[in-house]
Amino acid sequence: MAWTNFGFWARSVPHRIRNIPWQSISSEAVGRCFLVAKFACFIHVTNNYVFGVALVHGPSMLPTLNLSGDVLLVDRVSTHLGNVSIGDVVLIQSPEDPKKIVTKRVTGLEGDSVTFLVNPVHGERSMPRTLVVPKDHVWVTGDNPLLSRDSRHFGSVPYALIKGKAFCRVWPPEGFGLLNKGG
Amino acid sequence: MGTLSSLWLFSKRIATGGLIGLTISDRWFSFSPVKGFSMLPTLVPFTESSLRSLGGDVLLVEKLCLDMYKFSNGDVIILKSPTDHKQMLVKRLIALPGDWIRDPASRDIIKIPEGHCWVEGDNSAASFDSRAFGSVPLGLVKGRVTHVIWPPQRVGKIERRLPSGKISSI
Repeated sequence: MAWTNFGFWARSVPHRIRNIPWQSISSEAVGRCFLVAKFACFIHVTNNYVFGVALVHGPSMLPTLNLSGDVLLVDRVSTHLGNVSIGDVVLIQSPEDPKKIVTKRVTGLEGDSVTFLVNPVHGERSMPRTLVVPKDHVWVTGDNPLLSRDSRHFGSVPYALIKGKAFCRVWPPEGFGLLNKGG
Repeated sequence: MGTLSSLWLFSKRIATGGLIGLTISDRWFSFSPVKGFSMLPTLVPFTESSLRSLGGDVLLVEKLCLDMYKFSNGDVIILKSPTDHKQMLVKRLIALPGDWIRDPASRDIIKIPEGHCWVEGDNSAASFDSRAFGSVPLGLVKGRVTHVIWPPQRVGKIERRLPSGKISSI
């Protein structure tokens, strides 16, 4: 670039800056940000009130759910409507650590009496205990009684801690399908 | 067609506003009215007899504390009732995990288990709280009350206050 050209260029800078349509750019930026915010709100509401996707792993739900990790579709509507019954796989906020979400199966509703062994590894040596699930609580257990920390340890769980009902597995592909009750 | 398209635009605005409002009230802050006498004299509910007042207290509830479940003893919190998941309670947080408290039912000193808390109303004569249902999981806590924003003569910050001699954290 020759020096004369550069001088011309430099002199024209303020003029060109003035000519940039700042107003339309800023209004467009605000519009875009608002669109992103709206989208984020939509995702939040859908995920919290309609249905969500959850990645679960761990040994406590073997053999229904794999050790290495499954992706489940979670139905949030029926828990808001109070439509939880025995045999449902539910996601609950752990009573021992509110930041942790655990997956268990509902095996007792309010008023049911449940009998359980605190430690099934010892078999006959530990005495079975029986108690009645209190009002507005549920009894949850893992499908794998040997490697599950559930209501046998922390007692029945308030209904308000249920965060959703898992109804369908989408990953891994060979396990795709609805989660059957019981089992 | 003009009315139809304006109706469509109107309903779209309503839906957008609802989504944004719901997200903000879930994640940042919300407002909630007080019903019931369990937190007297800190919070006053609406009563027919109190003609001077403009209705019950309305609270500003902060939700940011739910990200990390960071609370302090003495905070006023709202929580879902452990005996009815449709009901919200407003109580004072007395003890956190690891604290020791005297259980009024069994007269024993008990340790608050991991992930639980002990809540009591300020008006202990008319409060359904941990003295009745025991310690509650922290997952039931839905927010921390920071301010009273209505009626005008009662606007103010809610102080963190702890009844003395209730807990010890040995």
